[in-house]
Amino acid sequence: MTSSPHTITRRVLGIASVVTAMFGRELQAQSMPSSSRNGPAKSDVRLTVNGQTHDLALDPRTSLLDALRDHLGLAGTKKGCDHGQCGACTVLVNGVRLNACLSLAVAREGDSIVTIEGLAADGKLHPLQEAFVKHDGFQCGYCTPGQICSAVGMLDEIQRGVPSAVGDLAAAPQASSVEIRERMSGNICRCSAYPNIVAAIMETQGKTEGRAG
Amino acid sequence: MRAFTYERPADVASAMKAASQPGASFIAGGTNLLDLMKIDVEQPTHLVDISRLPLREVGETADGGLRIGALVSNTDLAADQRVRQRYPVLAMALLNGASGQLRNQATAAGNLLQRTRCPYFYDVAMPCNKRQPGSGCAALAGFNRMHAILGASQACIAVHPSDMAVAMAALRAEIEVQTPAGLSRKVPIAELHRLPGQNPERDTTLARGELITAILLPPPPAGRQTYRKVRDRASYAFALVSVAAIVDTADGKIRDARLALGGVAHKPWVPKEAERELVGAAADAGSYEAAARAATREARTYPHNEFKVPLTERLVARTLSDLATGG
Repeated sequence: MTSSPHTITRRVLGIASVVTAMFGRELQAQSMPSSSRNGPAKSDVRLTVNGQTHDLALDPRTSLLDALRDHLGLAGTKKGCDHGQCGACTVLVNGVRLNACLSLAVAREGDSIVTIEGLAADGKLHPLQEAFVKHDGFQCGYCTPGQICSAVGMLDEIQRGVPSAVGDLAAAPQASSVEIRERMSGNICRCSAYPNIVAAIMETQGKTEGRAG
Repeated sequence: MRAFTYERPADVASAMKAASQPGASFIAGGTNLLDLMKIDVEQPTHLVDISRLPLREVGETADGGLRIGALVSNTDLAADQRVRQRYPVLAMALLNGASGQLRNQATAAGNLLQRTRCPYFYDVAMPCNKRQPGSGCAALAGFNRMHAILGASQACIAVHPSDMAVAMAALRAEIEVQTPAGLSRKVPIAELHRLPGQNPERDTTLARGELITAILLPPPPAGRQTYRKVRDRASYAFALVSVAAIVDTADGKIRDARLALGGVAHKPWVPKEAERELVGAAADAGSYEAAARAATREARTYPHNEFKVPLTERLVARTLSDLATGG
């Protein structure tokens, strides 16, 4: 990770990329997948994912989701709608849950990203992963990584006192079933495993402290 | 998605300069812009990433209001204790919009500038005057259940999708704008968004290259505040109709009333006549129902959205009544 990522100036990036495209294409092409040969100029970006730093040269159009899946081989994060409507691509960025499909990878330089692959620690599943297994919080499983990453971020939001549409603005929020359903509405499960997902999340309350990515 | 170049300037001045080139667009949270770029509705050739500019503070103003930095996330704004205590209508509107993930990423200024979710605007195979001026409006003779009942034109019947902006309209917020010439100007929120007229391609009155730097809330108004939203599912859906309401009552009379409606027009809709009728009237059901009728007096409906008129009236009357009785 760079020392002060938030002050990096990328003004010259466009120019540098154009120069690369004009003079560096043949050199680059040897180390790139064939699909990106003759593509537009690349941008250099350093991504920190699950504690590991990766230096990538990406087409600026690459979403964080595609960078994770196609460039880093982290296919646990799923592509559902690719439009921020389903939540399957939810990851934690600096501890906060986001839709990776609606974020440009180049804009994530210096951020700390945690995916479903990064939740288990010391050979042990994250408490939410264990709870999803125990409560059968899925059927097909496609939405599950997004559900679990979202739940990690969501429980952290409750701990930080972030309010919701169904709670009392003046009171500290509780992880009740009603609250969890409202706060998890950005994660769609087309198998409709919702009751078990809610049960799994409720069981992990208080067990996830300090593990929100 | 069309190819673009990307840069992340270090300060506002550099960002303004970068955005002055043809085809450039600011990007902050990106939750709406990237979505639209993926389907070719938006086609910027250069993205100026302003997401790390120092516009993330919520601060007190000298007059007792709040200054909300353009880049404050929707989550952080809704969670701010000053907003929750003094401007609950704003916190409620924010929390009724989008999903937890989107609220974390979306910014205050981006929320104001998000574009309509009219399905014909999104479908590049269909005519849409907002997307392609002069091509026609497919919604007029199409499935127009979600569309406007107030202030629309034959060119466009799309609605503005924001919840937050509706609360800000009721609160009479001002928008602080930086001009490319380096000047700062303030725009009342009622004058930020436009009615479609013959130019629905222009959502706002902002000039090219201008940047919203902050949103200013005046001191909190007297009375009770609330935000009510009716939608097709309980969470994570755009409004069919919503209302932001602030009502101050004393001795059985209404001293002041501020209303704004969402889901009914091309902009957050302030029903001025309804507000005028309420001020000084008895705080009773008759006044609330009369105000609700006044709010929709100019309504014009389309084949699939006639339901929005009675829905708006009942929502306004019920919300006013509940506010006055502390419900």
